[in-house]
Amino acid sequence: MNPIAIKRINRALAYLCLIVASAFFMIPFIWLVSTSLKPLTQIFTFPPEWIPHPIMWSNYSRAVEYIPFWTYLKNTAIITIVSTLGVIISCPLVAYSFAKLEYRGRGILFFVTLAVMMIPGQVTMIPLFLLFTKLGWVGTPLPLIVPQFFGVPIYIFLLRQFFMGLPDALREAARLDGASEFRIYLQIMFPLAKSAVLAVALFQFMGSWTDFMGPLLYLTNEPSYTVSLGLQQFQSQKGSEWGLLMAVSTLMTLPIIVLFFFLQKTFISGITFSGIKG
Amino acid sequence: MAKLADSVQVNAIPSARKRALRRTNVIGWLFASPWAIGLLCFYAIPMLMSIYFSFTTYSILQPGEFVGMNNYRDLFHDPLFWKSIYNTIYFTVFFVPLSIFFGVALAMMLNMKVKGMAVFRTIFFLPTLVPQVALAVLWMWLLHPNFGLVNGMLANIGIDGPSWLGGESWSKPSLILMSLWGIGQAVVIYLAGLGDIPDEYYEAAQIDGANWFQKTRKVTLPLLTPVIFYNLVMGMIGAFQQFTLPYTLTKGQGTPANSMTFYVMYLYENGFRYFKMGYASAMAWILFIIVMALTGIIFITSKRWVHYQGK
Repeated sequence: MNPIAIKRINRALAYLCLIVASAFFMIPFIWLVSTSLKPLTQIFTFPPEWIPHPIMWSNYSRAVEYIPFWTYLKNTAIITIVSTLGVIISCPLVAYSFAKLEYRGRGILFFVTLAVMMIPGQVTMIPLFLLFTKLGWVGTPLPLIVPQFFGVPIYIFLLRQFFMGLPDALREAARLDGASEFRIYLQIMFPLAKSAVLAVALFQFMGSWTDFMGPLLYLTNEPSYTVSLGLQQFQSQKGSEWGLLMAVSTLMTLPIIVLFFFLQKTFISGITFSGIKG
Repeated sequence: MAKLADSVQVNAIPSARKRALRRTNVIGWLFASPWAIGLLCFYAIPMLMSIYFSFTTYSILQPGEFVGMNNYRDLFHDPLFWKSIYNTIYFTVFFVPLSIFFGVALAMMLNMKVKGMAVFRTIFFLPTLVPQVALAVLWMWLLHPNFGLVNGMLANIGIDGPSWLGGESWSKPSLILMSLWGIGQAVVIYLAGLGDIPDEYYEAAQIDGANWFQKTRKVTLPLLTPVIFYNLVMGMIGAFQQFTLPYTLTKGQGTPANSMTFYVMYLYENGFRYFKMGYASAMAWILFIIVMALTGIIFITSKRWVHYQGK
């Protein structure tokens, strides 16, 4: 066989593998969308059918009226955007100091940061709950937003790895030109770390957007609920509104799918692991 | 005497350099200050409080009293505590190795250089984008014994499907299946790791006449071990903290027959439903000790199988 033919066969095989595996990952999602468009009677047919008939677009409008969807969406968006902003402001700053600045106590502080990464969130969950209760923050989004402005260990670690890879010569040159340390960070280093910051931002965005346990603990009054919490309301005493539930789930998932599709390349290149040592 | 010598030495440093040194210290700490405060407020102090609580009968309603090791002793006599440990370990032991195997395989597939990869990568990442609450409900439906798609498909090929989440013997395997569907996050990290492997290694292997299988075994896998190691540790920590899926699936009940009562779920129930905050704090610390011990074991064995570039 000539090399070109072999190359063609290889490529065809590659696509075959990708498509088969994709199908496995797609089936539940297609099912989600399909169910979201079915009338209640068709949801309970056996054997199950893929194509809804008639297509119930009204599931969507009914779903957003069944729960205060827009309020929940607004709450979710505020928590997500503000906490992501917090992460972008605090984490690269601290990571940069771990990677490039020399100061007394840096080693110890970084060691403690690594140790903290290992601690399950459940250890601090109860005291934090009490702290936020004392501050009167329970029932508001503050417990889900404020800590992000003070740094998240895993993101600090990830960004530190990235900053370690940037050459020191850049800093030296800028310093000779008389730039202050903060200007060097803001105008040279931070822009260079864009892809890593984006990766961290996307992790935080997705985490916040889909978080369940945090809102379950802290958002105790209904007007402050997020969509994740709101989903539970479709499973009421009267029985579950499956179609509506699936409709809201689809609505909630779409924005991040679009976001990921456009950002995936920068996102993946921003995660760097050279330098993880056991 | 030693003090005197120190101060003499310090004085020996020219004052301009001393000032510069102090300046770098101040700047460094200014950069690190958000995290220094965060570490203290959101980690260090809460941890100390949590240790103290674990020795008391604290509940939100009452201040509680100091009871020494009582919470820990009671836990060891609590059958549901043991059941939750068993369930959690069962899940971890099956899920983590499977997720590493499939994660690496998928990442290698998604690292091929063919057109349209952005679409495929998005598809694999899709399940991690679906909120876990929605995911749980969706799978409840897919695995429904009578109306579910999975049993419907099995019926097509003449297999009488199990009751999945409805029965004790299949509930945990069902949860593992669902969780495997969400390995996209780990796959992205493997992909980043694959991107870090220099092309020269493959070119050299090519010249030596290595086939795909040999290249995978001798180049890709060894150079990917640091990332596998990372995902192993993170995967294990994550598996031990399993909460949202089983909580939503069983509405916090752990049904059937407590086969879905996972450690953190039981912790949450104790703390926030029965308000046994002291008891729950003790559970959190036992979890910490278990996770630390397992991480330690992985770290020790990692010296045998994790290869770093340039070593």
